[in-house]
Amino acid sequence: MTTPRFVIVGAGPAGMRAAEQLVTAGYRPTVIDEAARHGGQIYRQPPASFQRERKDLYGFEAGKAAAVLDRFAALLPQIDYRPNTLVWQVERNNLQLLSNGRDEALGFDALILATGATDRVLPFPGWTLPGVYTLGAAQVALKYQACLIGPRVVFAGTGPLLYLVAWQYVNHGGQVAAVLDTAPAGAMLKAAPGMLARPEVAAKGAYYLARLRLSGVPLHSNVSLLRAEGSSRVESISWQQDGVKHALACDAIGIGHGLRSETQLADLAGCAFEFNETDQAWLPVQQPDGRSSVRGVYLAGDGASILGADAAELSGARAALSALEDAGHVVPQTLLAPLDAARLKHQRFRAAMEQAFPVPVRWAAEAPDALIVCRCEEITASELRLCAKATGTREINRLKALTRIGMGRCQGRMCAAAAARLLADEVGCELKDVGRLRSQAPVKPLPIWLVHDAAVQAETVPYEERDD
Amino acid sequence: MIDATTGELPSSAPTVGGQIEKIHADVAIIGGGIVGSSAALFLRRLGLSVVLLERGLCGAAASGVNYGGVRTQGRAMSQLPLAMRSRRIWAALPSYIGIDGEYVVSGHLKIARSEADMARLETYAEVARDHGLHLELISGAAFRRAHPWAGAKAMGASYCAEDGHANPRLVSPAFARAARAAGARVVEHCTITEVAHTGGRFVVSDGRSLEVSSQWLLNCAGAWALDISQRFGDSAPLTSIHPGMAVTEAVPRFMDVNVGVEGGGIYGRQTARGNCVMGGSRGASTGPLYAAPTAKAIAELCQRMAELFPALAHAHVIRFWSGVEGSLPDHQPIIGASPNNPNLIHAFGFCGAGFQTGPAVGELLAELVHHGHCGIDLAPFALSRFSELPSLVPS
Repeated sequence: MTTPRFVIVGAGPAGMRAAEQLVTAGYRPTVIDEAARHGGQIYRQPPASFQRERKDLYGFEAGKAAAVLDRFAALLPQIDYRPNTLVWQVERNNLQLLSNGRDEALGFDALILATGATDRVLPFPGWTLPGVYTLGAAQVALKYQACLIGPRVVFAGTGPLLYLVAWQYVNHGGQVAAVLDTAPAGAMLKAAPGMLARPEVAAKGAYYLARLRLSGVPLHSNVSLLRAEGSSRVESISWQQDGVKHALACDAIGIGHGLRSETQLADLAGCAFEFNETDQAWLPVQQPDGRSSVRGVYLAGDGASILGADAAELSGARAALSALEDAGHVVPQTLLAPLDAARLKHQRFRAAMEQAFPVPVRWAAEAPDALIVCRCEEITASELRLCAKATGTREINRLKALTRIGMGRCQGRMCAAAAARLLADEVGCELKDVGRLRSQAPVKPLPIWLVHDAAVQAETVPYEERDD
Repeated sequence: MIDATTGELPSSAPTVGGQIEKIHADVAIIGGGIVGSSAALFLRRLGLSVVLLERGLCGAAASGVNYGGVRTQGRAMSQLPLAMRSRRIWAALPSYIGIDGEYVVSGHLKIARSEADMARLETYAEVARDHGLHLELISGAAFRRAHPWAGAKAMGASYCAEDGHANPRLVSPAFARAARAAGARVVEHCTITEVAHTGGRFVVSDGRSLEVSSQWLLNCAGAWALDISQRFGDSAPLTSIHPGMAVTEAVPRFMDVNVGVEGGGIYGRQTARGNCVMGGSRGASTGPLYAAPTAKAIAELCQRMAELFPALAHAHVIRFWSGVEGSLPDHQPIIGASPNNPNLIHAFGFCGAGFQTGPAVGELLAELVHHGHCGIDLAPFALSRFSELPSLVPS
């Protein structure tokens, strides 16, 4: 029997812990990652030549970051590690990679997808102005380059990241003009019992809030965002709170409403999807043991459902153990049981997070007609609404075909969540009933010349292919 | 169910719990692609009652995801009367479907890469002239001046000023909406499980909620048409093809014509936004209803794109896709009555070239039903041609 080829996509907490299990079992897994250095988004490392203290980079999480980053670094000799590499297509048991100006195919027997997440963006008027970033991008600027997105920043939206990033900015000398939370004032309190599933995390959250207050950062909840304004870049933000309009001068805005899983590779691999009520998104079906609906394809971390970095470490390890079992290894139950139990704890905590930081239910109803929903193709809320009205469209792929939403450079990664909400609101159905955008290769834009160079030499076109 | 004065069917009938809704109509159509949908529209214009049955969403399969070429040039002579007739419908498209569908008469350029290609284009142009298709041959320095974007291997072309391109994602669903607005009953998400001809009428049903009884049945089910035809003993060497398609990010406008190549393998157009839509090569099936481009198809397509359109060599492709299209060994569709049942009319297997002709096929199907003739010679498209030419049938 030949050695099975284990391939992990993503070198964040899930991918790193998956690799650890496979190395421990005596294999040499391939780990593919888009970033230059391992760590994922949460433990993103600055460029190698840029030395910074981990405490400075990761705050309270420095210990956890060090543990997983150093462990992975120690295992590198036993890993076929491919940084700066994009997987742009999955075809049967082959991945198509783009790396350092080269296109190549990579076969696999077991594929662990640990593709992570990006911000869930619910746009508001003016969000396409220069100076408006996602919360994640604001954090990346800080972690990767020790840059702030502006001298005077407003953070807006909702979710735990909102307060974490605000605190990180304050902690690094940034001036945070305000934190604008769209969640109702009492939501956090109501969610408190559920948060006790992970008291240490809840305590950290309380600490960030306290520090922000002590630093004099105005914290507003129950906010409806009205507009970012500025002539050539953002100069101010306005919002409404309890029926009163407010405005504040600022140089940059970080916005996000929680996270969304990066699921394109799971889709291209043929995985079945189901609607996840907590994440309010269609996600690949993931068994608690990490198996997907496709034999040989495993799911781990926030790419499968949003549970955070600690859960990602566990689910990465769990998925790898399932892959080992399927390769004929006997994995002791004593190894599996704690992972499965911990998962339940994380799910309870996640549910509480959603309670504390709910996606604004009135967002779609309140989105003004002129709002640009898709910034790639410059498609407005009114175009989507009119299309639904005029054509009877009730399904997101049809909306895409008729309006071009999700057809631009990002292929819907940024706009699909918002477009689906607008469509559901317009036709008066549940979010899940508008369906999900079908993914197409490439996962990210693909330079023609790269694939062109790698192509087989042009042969005569067979007669049966001569259609146009 | 039917309004006796207009023949209109209600757009949605009250559903009775657990009961199968029964509809009587003059014509039942299976398949809501551009052919079935336009047939429904033209039948309504002739006053017949119509039910259009579509498994998914109308215009979402090959009719909606194709390249969008609106081209007469390059077609077999037998298709030219059809294509010329369709051109009249395209010219007045908004009056039929209410939108322009991004249809532009951009001209179509068929490029030659060798003297032999050029000679074939010249021969074609001569014969096509007899069918009223006017083509202009251009080569050498004049070609370079007129089309400076063309890659080095291009040495001349045949130009058809009256051809163009459109957005199939808009056009094909709009035909179904127009049919519905004209009074056709359009039923989507309806998978036909039972088809029979009894007591002089067709009975078509999804086996759970709907049963249509009709005098006529149009089989416009594209790549899946044999599922219907074989129930009446009609078979054909129909295969599925999966054209490899790509669209680039928007780039500065560098060409305004729809481009094909003698010998095939690559075709392209640039939209008003600047995106380039390209086709060529072949993808693969990913299940009964879908297809996707393979890595090999993508590599071939990108190579051919960069060669023919050097301006794109450093552009990015933002999406590859494919679709499922019915094809026949001689690259001609099947259009005409079943040899076994004169009230069953087939129209399928357009071999990747049915978008331009689709509306005219719909119109002639309506005329066949209503008048019994359509003014176009359908002999080249008869299903029976395959029983006469067994050598063309793949094993």
